[in-house]
Parts: sequence; C-alpha cells; structure tokens
Amino acid sequence: MLIYTLKRLGLAIIVMVTVSMISFMLLRVSGDPAISLAGEGASSAEIEFVREQYGFDRPLIVQYFEWAGRAVQGDLGTSPYLKQPVAQMIKDRMGVTMTLGVCSLTFALLLAIPLGMLAAIRPNTWIDRLALSISVMGQAMPSFWFGLILIIFFGVYLRWLPISGSDTWRHFVMPTIALGYYATPAIMRLVRSGMLEVLASDHIRTARAKGLRWPKILFKHTLRNAIIPVVAVAAVQLGFMLGGSIVIEAIFALNGLGNLAWISISRSDLPVVQAIVLFLSVIYIFLTFMADLFNAFLDPRIRSS
Amino acid sequence: MTPTQQQFDSGLGLDVVFPTPGQIMGQRMKSHKGFIIGGLMVLIVIMVAIFAPYIAGYDPYHQDLSNRMIPPVWSEKGTWDHPLGTDNMGRDYLSRLAYGSRISLLIGFSCMAIAAVIGISLGLIAGYFGGLADYIVSFIITVRLALPAVLVAVAVVALIGGSMQVVIMVLGCLIWDRFAVILRATTQQIRAMDYVQAAQAAGCSVLWLMVREIMPNLFNSIVIVATLEIGRAILLEAALSFLGMGVQPPIPSWGLMISEGKDLMLFDPYLVTIPGVALFFLVLGMNLFGDGLRDVTSPEGRS
Amino acid sequence: MNALLEVKNLNVDLNLPAGALHAVRDVSFSVQKGKTLSLVGESGCGKSITALAIMNILPPSASYNAKKMEFEGHDLLKMNEKKMSRFRGAKMAMIFQEPMTSLDPCYTIGDQLTEALTEHKNVSSKEARDRAVFLLEKVGITGSASRLRQYPHQLSGGLRQRIMIAMGLMCGPSLIIADEPTTALDVTIQAQILRLLASIQKEFNMGMILITHDLGVVARIADDVAVMYCGEVVETGNITQIFNHPIHPYTRGLMDCIPIPGKTKPGEKLGSIPGIVPAPIGDLWGCSFRNRCSLATAECAARGLELTHISDTRSFRCVKPPVEPEIDHTDTTATRSGGMI
Repeated sequence: MLIYTLKRLGLAIIVMVTVSMISFMLLRVSGDPAISLAGEGASSAEIEFVREQYGFDRPLIVQYFEWAGRAVQGDLGTSPYLKQPVAQMIKDRMGVTMTLGVCSLTFALLLAIPLGMLAAIRPNTWIDRLALSISVMGQAMPSFWFGLILIIFFGVYLRWLPISGSDTWRHFVMPTIALGYYATPAIMRLVRSGMLEVLASDHIRTARAKGLRWPKILFKHTLRNAIIPVVAVAAVQLGFMLGGSIVIEAIFALNGLGNLAWISISRSDLPVVQAIVLFLSVIYIFLTFMADLFNAFLDPRIRSS
Repeated sequence: MTPTQQQFDSGLGLDVVFPTPGQIMGQRMKSHKGFIIGGLMVLIVIMVAIFAPYIAGYDPYHQDLSNRMIPPVWSEKGTWDHPLGTDNMGRDYLSRLAYGSRISLLIGFSCMAIAAVIGISLGLIAGYFGGLADYIVSFIITVRLALPAVLVAVAVVALIGGSMQVVIMVLGCLIWDRFAVILRATTQQIRAMDYVQAAQAAGCSVLWLMVREIMPNLFNSIVIVATLEIGRAILLEAALSFLGMGVQPPIPSWGLMISEGKDLMLFDPYLVTIPGVALFFLVLGMNLFGDGLRDVTSPEGRS
Repeated sequence: MNALLEVKNLNVDLNLPAGALHAVRDVSFSVQKGKTLSLVGESGCGKSITALAIMNILPPSASYNAKKMEFEGHDLLKMNEKKMSRFRGAKMAMIFQEPMTSLDPCYTIGDQLTEALTEHKNVSSKEARDRAVFLLEKVGITGSASRLRQYPHQLSGGLRQRIMIAMGLMCGPSLIIADEPTTALDVTIQAQILRLLASIQKEFNMGMILITHDLGVVARIADDVAVMYCGEVVETGNITQIFNHPIHPYTRGLMDCIPIPGKTKPGEKLGSIPGIVPAPIGDLWGCSFRNRCSLATAECAARGLELTHISDTRSFRCVKPPVEPEIDHTDTTATRSGGMI
C-alpha cells in the first residue's frame, strides 16, 4: 500500500511540473507580456525597456525555472495591475470557487447515484428511460445557457433566489445546479452500467444463493463493486468543474477564481492567469491522487498489486 | 410409411433460421428510437445549414435600427415579417439562427477532425505498442486532463485574438483526450485478440496489421466518439463565444447571440432562449445519434 | 415416497430476442435424503438451469413452471421471494462452477462466511466466526483463523472452492446442489474436492444434487443418476442400472464413449455419437435424439413422447428401447466396490 501511494505521488508531482511548464510556455508564447505591460501606445523602445527590466528577453526555460522556483516557495508573483501579491489574491477567492465546486459535485452525486441505481435495478422500464432521458438532455445543454435560464426563471420570474453575488447560501443554489448538472449524466451512466455489470456477475449469484435479501445485496455487494470507476470519474468531474467555473462565476457574478481569471485574461494580467492555471491543475492532480487512494481502499485487489 | 426427411426433422428445432449479423443490426437500427430521432434532428440542422439562404428572409448581417427588438411571432407585438423577432441591432433572428447553424456545424466538425487526428494517432500508438509508448501517451493524456481546458482556451484566444480559425485550432488541440483514451483501450483489446496475434505470428508487418486488422474494428468506436465530440466542440465554441473569446461579432454564432442578448434578457428572454434551444437541439440530436449508434452496433456494452 | 426434493414436469424458458429457448422441458426427478443424485449431460443440456430453477435464482429473462416442486414437504412453487430467500442458504445451498469469480472481491473470507449464517440465524458474530473456523477445518483448510482475514484474490482456485463448500454448509442445509464443482479445477484437485463432498454429505446426512458432464465423476460419488439431453430427462436410475444396463440410446452411446477398466480391450475403438445437439427453439415434439440415433424410426417423430416409469426411480424416454429394462429391480442403495473407485 505504501509503495502504491508513493508511486502515485511521484507520478502526480511529475504531472504537476509538466503542466506548469506547458501552461507557462503557452501563455508566454501566445502573447507578448512586454507589450501588455508597457501599455497601449507604447513605443518600441519602451517595450524593449520593459522586456529587459522584467527579463522577458531571456530564454523561456530560464524564465520558467525562475518562476517555478519562486512558486514553490509560495511566491506567485505580483499582479502588475492591482499591485497585489498573486498568492494573496488567490487565497482570498479560492473559498468561493471551492465551495461552488464541492457543492456542485455533491449535487451531481446526490442526483446521479440514486438515479443510476434505480435504472439498473429496473432496466428497460419507465424509470430507466427517464433516467437516460435526463442524462441525455443534461449533456446537451450548454451550462452557461442553463444558468441564464435559471436566472430568468427562479431569479426574475419566481423571485425565489438571488441572481448575483456570493453572500449567503442562497446565492450558491443556482450556480450549483448550473455547474453540477453537467456532471450528472456521466456519473449516472457509469453507476447504471457498473451496477448492471456487477448484478450479472457470479458473486451476486452466490449472494442470492446464500439467501441474502435484495437491499443487502444491492448496497453491500453491488454498489461497492460498481462505485469504483465512479470515484475516479467524480474526481475528474470536480476538476472540470473548478476549471469550468469561469463561465458560471461570470454569469452569477461570484467572486471566485474563475471570475478573477476572467478579469485577468481581459487585462492580459499574465502572472495571475498563470498562477490560477497552476492552482487549478494542482487541485485536479491532488483530487485524482486522492481518488486513486480511495479506490485502493475500496478494492483490495488494487492494494496488493 | 416412411416420412420425408423434412417431416422427420421438423419438431426438433433444426429448421430455426437465425438472422445474420447484418439483419440483426438493421433490425436494431429501425427500432432504436434514439438513433432515428437523433439522426433526424441532425439531418434537420444540416438541411437548415445548407438551405440557409432560402430559409432566412434577410441578410443576417443587415442592421435595421428602426425595427429593433421585435419579439417573436408568438408574442403580442410579434409579426410574421420576422417570425423569430429581431435583436437589438434590428437583425432578423431567424436569419441569424439559420446562418448560425453553419457556424456551429462547421466548427463542430473541424474541431472534431483535428482532435480525431491527434487523439486517434496517440491512442493507436499507445494501444498497439504498449510498454514505453503506452506510458508516455498515458502521461500526455494525464497532463492534458490536468489542464483546465476552458481556462487555457480562453487565455490563449485572448492573447492571440479571437477568430474562427483560432477557435478551431485551439479547441481541436484541446479536446482530443476522449479519442485517445477510447482508441487506446479499443486498440489494446483488439490487439490482444487471437486473430491479430495469429496474423502477427504469420509474419504480417506492423503497418499492414494496423490497417487491415485493427482499423476496421476501430471504425465503430471512432464514429461513436466523433459524434459525441462534435457535440462537445459545439458547446465549447458556444461557451467561448459567449465569453467573447470565440468567434467575433457580427458573425452569427449561436453562443455569441446568447452573449449579445444577455444584457437584455431580463425583459426579452427570447434573445437568449432561442439560440440556446437551437444549440440544445443540435447537440441533443448528435448525442442521441451517437448513443444510438453505440447501442445498435454493440448493445452488450450497454446492459 | 419420502423424498427430500421432488420435481415433476419442470419447464424453463429463456426469453431471448430471437424467440423463446426451451432450455428445460418436462424434467422430473427426485432426491432422497442422504443420497446423491447426479444430473448428467453435455454442456447446454439444461442441467444448470434446472438447478437455478429449483433455487429460483434464474436470470430475469427466464420463466418457469412445473407440476410439482416440493422440498421437505414445502411447495416451492407457491413461495414468494421473501419466503424463498429464507430457504436459500439455510435449507438448500448451492455451489457453483467458477470459484475464481464466485466470491466478492471486496470483502474478506470471514465476512462472507459469517454473513451466510447471520442472515438466517440470530447468532453473535463470535458464534458465527467459530462456526466458520469449524467448517473451514472440516473442508481441509488449515490456519483458518488467519484465513478469515484474507481476501479471495489471495487464494487459489482449489482453496476458493473449499471455501464455497464451507459457505454452503454454514447453516447446516439438508440439500446441497453442486453445479460442476470440479470442472474449473486441476485434475489433482478435482479428486480431493470430490472426496470432500462425498465425506461431508455422509457426515451431515445431506441430500446432494451433483451436476456434471463427466461420467467419471458420476461413477465416483453418485447414488442415483438422471441423464439429460437437450433439456429433457431421457433416463433415470441408480448408478448400477445406468452404468451396467443403460436403456436409452443416448445413455448407451455415452457408455460406449468411455473406457471401462476391465471391460474395454486395449486397441478397441471408443464410440462416438455423430451429429450435433439441436437448438430447442420453436415448436418441439417427438424424441429430441432422433437425428443422431441409429435406431430411429418414423414413430420417433410422433408427438406426445413421455417418460416411461418402470419404478419410482427408474424411467426412460424412448419409443422403442433397444434393450429390455433389467428384470431385477436393483435396490436404490447401490453396491460399489468399497466406496470410492
């Protein structure tokens, strides 16, 4: 188990480094930071001056290592626009985004797992078809549009929920639904197909022959086996949600990382964007790492290999 | 009295005729509602795209400020002159919707094509050669998944400048992961099959094996993933355009139309609902078709 | 007769998209307390489905009906799922063919063993564990206490099958159904498991249904035999009658195929039965073996062919049997050369 953990950890670190390198290169190459820093209407001499000052004329690799070196120590640079340390800005806003992400995933799971189970227990009946319809429709709706529709309906028409800001829990209801529903179909299908597969397996036949009753068979022997791929997918979906929150936060005016990223992109505030990409990647990698560990806990066969 | 052979054999179940695999698939296709409905939906949108000039009554770029913000024909102030109303620049919504279908389909297919080339190559290599190649490709896939795609896409487009070509390139280079993952798994499965190993033992070259034995079996998976990826690409482009980081105005991208209507949506929701419904319709059709295709060709995978 | 289990005219249909597959047709047999009945036949002849029907754990696409299905006086046909689940595991237990996949990989052996008992009887977990240890030792597994903490994937096939047997015995059932218990095991292990089954059956005085396609296995431990072909029972009898005086041409053909020590001469060609088993789909009548039987006549294609009963335990399904049924009604307690062959 220890070796498994260490192997996973090592892999996670390498991935993290690679991701940071790629995003760094990508952003530096796509736009010239010197131009955006120097401002509009700057002469080429001024731009050159800025370039030298900030060291943008050095080889990319050197720039990367310098940035990485500082990042590891917690210094993610300073925003040239707000003159604040980026690390602090991220710390201020990550609460909102994390809350949104966790709530959305919980919502997705609470909806998907029971639906998937019901669909598997009664395949090809109306409830199965209903679950699949919900799933198919969920995957076809653009989440930003769904968010807008929710605003129109619940915020303006029914006036049940507030439509912008992040002060109370009510502010999170619609964003959670808008962000979370997109993950529901994938998880529900996985639960359904996983359970159908396990229900047809030999060890469920053994359980029935032992005289175990259905609730026990379903929850003890079927779900545990079927949930294993769901854990991995759930972690991945959470990562996507954190990354995709940029759109939802923009619509609902939530003061989270996505919103910050959006503003920074509009202003070409590269250090901030860079830092947010790194931060989100780290979260994602951490989540998949935890999912791997949880899987090992669920399935004893993984522990031994 | 000696019976004929046929009389003797009847009642043994020997005369049962089993349908051919082709017949079975044909039967399934005809009875699978999702497959048919999805296919029809996609066909409708393709027809609209092709015949857009005839469906649209107006030039989608033509502004007529004296006729701005007319609601669709089913509301009070609507008129059949503009069945779906006009936007805040006086442009006919139906025309914009019709031409917008071209944008969505074009971008959807192009992105999918690029993603397919990248993803299939990677998946094939990983699945066929295994070992180090597999390790490297899996690593690449993990790295790609760790990148917040939407964020990176928005950032890159913001820096380079938004246009249709940029969007297609950026999205295409980002959404190949599903192709790679599925192709890798399928290739591994097929490669392990006895008939491939037999061909290999008979001395067939790697390329020959890939083309003759493996590709035809992969075709199935490729088409299914392709339909789902088109849907995904369409939604991503809509999201990018919505944020202003995709296709640039005045091109009638459905996502852009939603974005332009967002500020006025509280009073005139039709500006937002109509393009959204169009997006939903197209992607739903694609997904139904793709799922139906998967069910029809290998229902064992479903239940 | 005071049979432990009596089955009369059992039919099972599998509802496939291509049509209804008549997997089991008009099957009748009985199992005596303390005796082993062997259901013999080639793969696909419906023997496993018969067992699943008795326990009522058929797949959802299956439907069945029977004139009579009585176990210890209880009418199995009238039982709902709730009542039936109290019988399964407690009064009748089943052991399956594939030990590698029959255990849940996520739980320990101990958990799965004790669960079999605690589901039916109100015992403390300590008592359940003690019983598990006791039975593990009975089935020949050493170091049982530590075994309880192991997971299935850590054990070999032979061990897992022994654990399956122990699991079946946890509640002390009166009937054990063993569906090809040794087919998936190495030949050397096969003999051990068979010996184990036979000794346990004797010790706990249980009835056993042994399903197999291997006549050697039948010869070792069966008391009574029911030969199945294409979903039907074609002959029943005790082991001496079946092996020494087979009546049905299929049974006779089977006996020709196996070498019998002492009887088969060296260099003598073994028999074979030409043709293939027909698929039991659609309307079926007449003798299902007639397209492979060298003695078939027009009468064999006639409808309404039923089992001819010579006695309660001796029957055959043939229009014109090639031999006369044996005159002496050999007692159901068969004589075998000193127990195991």
